[in-house]
Amino acid sequence: MLKRQSEPTTEMIKEQRLYAEMGLSDAEYGLVVDLLGREPNYTEIGLFSVMWSEHCSYKTSKPVLRQFPTTGPRVLQGPGEGAGVVDIGDGQAVVFKIESHNHPSAVEPYQGAATGVGGIIRDIFSMGARPVALLNSLRFGHLGTANVDRLFERVVAGIAGYGNCVGIPTVGGEIAFDHSYTGNPLVNAMCVGLIKHEDIQKGLAKGIGNSVMYVGAATGRDGIHGATFASEDLGEDTEAKRPAVQVGDPFMEKLLIEACLEIVGHPALVGMQDMGAAGLTSSSSEMASKAGTGIEMHLDDVPQRETEMTPYEMMLSESQERMLLVVERGREAEIEQIVSKWGLHAVHIGEVIEEKVLRLIHHGDVVAEVPVDALAEEAPVYNKPARVPAYYEEFQSMKEETPVVEDTLDTWRKLLRQPTIASKRWVYDQYDHMVQTSTVIAPGSDAAVIRVRGTDKALAMTTDCNSRYVYLDPYVGGQIAVAEAARNIVASGGLPLAITDCLNFGNPDKPEGFWQLKEATAGMAEACRILETPVISGNVSLYNESGQAINPTPVVGMVGLIERTEWITTQSFKQAGDRIFLLGETMSEFGGSELQYMLHEKSFGKAPRIDLSLEQERLTNLRDAIQSGYVNTIHDVSEGGIAVALAEMTFGTRFGLEAEIDLPSVLLFSETQSRFLAAVPAEHADAFKALTGATEIGRVTEEDKIRVKTADELIELERSVLERDWEGAIACYMK
Amino acid sequence: MKFAVIVFPGSNCDLDMYHAVTDALGEEASYVFHTETSLDGFDAVLLPGGFSYGDYLRCGAIAQFSPIMEEVKRFATEGKPVLGVCNGFQVLVEAGLLPGVLLRNKELKFMCRTTRLKVANASTCFTSDYADGEVIDIPIAHGEGNYYCDDATYAMLKTHGQIAFTYVDNPNGSRGDIAGITNRTGNVLGMMPHPERAVEALLGSTDGLRLFTSLVKQGANHVKTTV
Repeated sequence: MLKRQSEPTTEMIKEQRLYAEMGLSDAEYGLVVDLLGREPNYTEIGLFSVMWSEHCSYKTSKPVLRQFPTTGPRVLQGPGEGAGVVDIGDGQAVVFKIESHNHPSAVEPYQGAATGVGGIIRDIFSMGARPVALLNSLRFGHLGTANVDRLFERVVAGIAGYGNCVGIPTVGGEIAFDHSYTGNPLVNAMCVGLIKHEDIQKGLAKGIGNSVMYVGAATGRDGIHGATFASEDLGEDTEAKRPAVQVGDPFMEKLLIEACLEIVGHPALVGMQDMGAAGLTSSSSEMASKAGTGIEMHLDDVPQRETEMTPYEMMLSESQERMLLVVERGREAEIEQIVSKWGLHAVHIGEVIEEKVLRLIHHGDVVAEVPVDALAEEAPVYNKPARVPAYYEEFQSMKEETPVVEDTLDTWRKLLRQPTIASKRWVYDQYDHMVQTSTVIAPGSDAAVIRVRGTDKALAMTTDCNSRYVYLDPYVGGQIAVAEAARNIVASGGLPLAITDCLNFGNPDKPEGFWQLKEATAGMAEACRILETPVISGNVSLYNESGQAINPTPVVGMVGLIERTEWITTQSFKQAGDRIFLLGETMSEFGGSELQYMLHEKSFGKAPRIDLSLEQERLTNLRDAIQSGYVNTIHDVSEGGIAVALAEMTFGTRFGLEAEIDLPSVLLFSETQSRFLAAVPAEHADAFKALTGATEIGRVTEEDKIRVKTADELIELERSVLERDWEGAIACYMK
Repeated sequence: MKFAVIVFPGSNCDLDMYHAVTDALGEEASYVFHTETSLDGFDAVLLPGGFSYGDYLRCGAIAQFSPIMEEVKRFATEGKPVLGVCNGFQVLVEAGLLPGVLLRNKELKFMCRTTRLKVANASTCFTSDYADGEVIDIPIAHGEGNYYCDDATYAMLKTHGQIAFTYVDNPNGSRGDIAGITNRTGNVLGMMPHPERAVEALLGSTDGLRLFTSLVKQGANHVKTTV
């Protein structure tokens, strides 16, 4: 085997422990030697280091991911492919996945966020699906500090820059602000696609002798070791990792989408996978491993945009907008013809071989030969030790205290100005949320809704996670994240179908960190079982620490099916005279609440309780009520409690309200779970009440007034004043 | 009536245009790829929005050199209707079919929202189903829609009734609140707002549909007069 002059020798790798710099432990290096039966050279150890990174191998998270239910009557494809697929009837299916781009976004927010969007889009169209919607779940520190403002502004610009250009509407998501994200923002991108059942592709390198073809952008030196970078804490040398961040080209992506979707269904196409994290290495070894074959690759033929690239660099590059195709031998020209119409080339770079190895040839020499299963399947799996953190014990033993609110009106206004609650118009105004002309419910309601063209159906979609609850009690917080997503889907008129999850956590090597991961996923799994929403895809982002760990943030992306467009429901009032109902008891629950954070700048105590069977019962009843045509408006009660939810129902409308709520004023801000507010035409009020057991609390009025009588006082204010508070808060920070 | 929807690499509102014509309007439409050279058999040409060639240079600056653009120019010279929306407007300006330029939005950010437009001239073939001064709801989605022209051009646009639409609340800094202009002969319209996004009640507004129905009526009259 050729030993490259410029690269460390196998001896140097071993003696100087060079593998450690790539993120492999001594034991892992030993395992590589065992699997190969010899010491790996520099290229080979590079292949292992990226494929065995947490990002690609899930070596730490696998044991906890096994808890998730992943099957169901509608699930056509669960975790393991580019994205999950769920049947929506009439031979059609919805394809979706969420993925993190946290570390790159912390270092270079524009490109980090942009390439996060690009990557998740490729996961969708590599399945053969037309991407129809994008969502984002973002977390930042407090606005008003220069670095956080810059990260926020540039992340939003990056998402806009990429999504707008590729022509996929960015229709929803969520943004929250908490000091735990100050040095480590979270950028999770979700993409939703539509597909006909018969078009579903798999990333399989089947058929010995078939051609391996490369389509898309040329390979450069960008993003080398991106997957490894994503699998360690952000530290002082993070700035030096900027070269590990890739640069996006949405125009190339757009061409790639059109070319690949035109190839889908072509009989010469055998398999397709995007070159995401770990680029050529992951796509080739995974496609071969899944098919029980091997791949021989001629690296001299790989399109390169820089000179003198080494095999190591080519294999580890994470240059964007690249796809790997397996094509029937002898029919390469048919594929090339389609691709060239879009100004791209399909380049033959290798063949499928019988021997289950990834063999790399460069300048006539075999420069690496590694069993594909060793790379894709045989990474070690760790059962990390978990320990209950001291803070949790302390919080659980705290007595529940109701905060003291002197001035209800002032508190209400201040809460609406909290960036987590305030209008996100400043953000979504920058996203083209209407392109493809199917957006029925634009950003700003409980869930976004996209109609399925050519049918009377629509899809509701949302991302949710209140990480403060998860921090206080990971198990309960994990349950709430799933339940809240289901609430948003149902409030929009949909049937929750399935979820994709993005597990953003701190360092799992710390037993307290791993405990958070283990508990949160256990809670999510329980909720997924009860709410009948299996996990069909997802992503794990660990080591989110920059001085301090982030709040554990398992983001849930959920898609629901609305069988008839007439069932689409939003959170805004529609007509004066509608009766306002509150569904669900209100208790004094302020642990992790927005009010608690506003008063103390920290979260403590117990998370709100949740009873999932009660949740499921309410969701079912609400769906019945919507389908019976009883309901004009539904909104779930979340951050900021009844007060914030009621105000939001008036925003963007010309309506006010009057209500009588027999609770102490402060409980208007409680965050008790599983509650909804609804506006119901007077003629359906009795039927709605009988079906759901909700309490009538007031009515929608024609006035610019919000009047709420509590057990303590009459609160009266102008709706437009509240709306200005809410509407202007974020824009005001960003001026 | 048969509409051509031009597809440049990077066009992304071509599908929306196509469905506005075929589903909402009930007329015929075909995609015409940028490499093609003939518009024979078409009655109107639509240049859709998007990011032609990535818009990495000036918006529309490369698309104007596409093979199909020579034919679009010929088509326009014959007095047949050509509508460019958003990036399509930018291409028409770059191709010299319309005067002026489109600069970055005043606030230097992309903006996507429904805007109120005033119909400034209801006597063009694109606006005859509207009333003069009527206010309609049409979405915008652009980063470079800030229309600019020199004083002489602006005076000419006003004199000849070439300003088709103006913004009620100017979102991007356009001179004279201009949202859309025609050429001197009135058969070429460029506008930043997207009428094709406002043709179905389900999606919020149908105010854009009348732009297309105006064209169909005009086309019918055209056929009558030529027969």
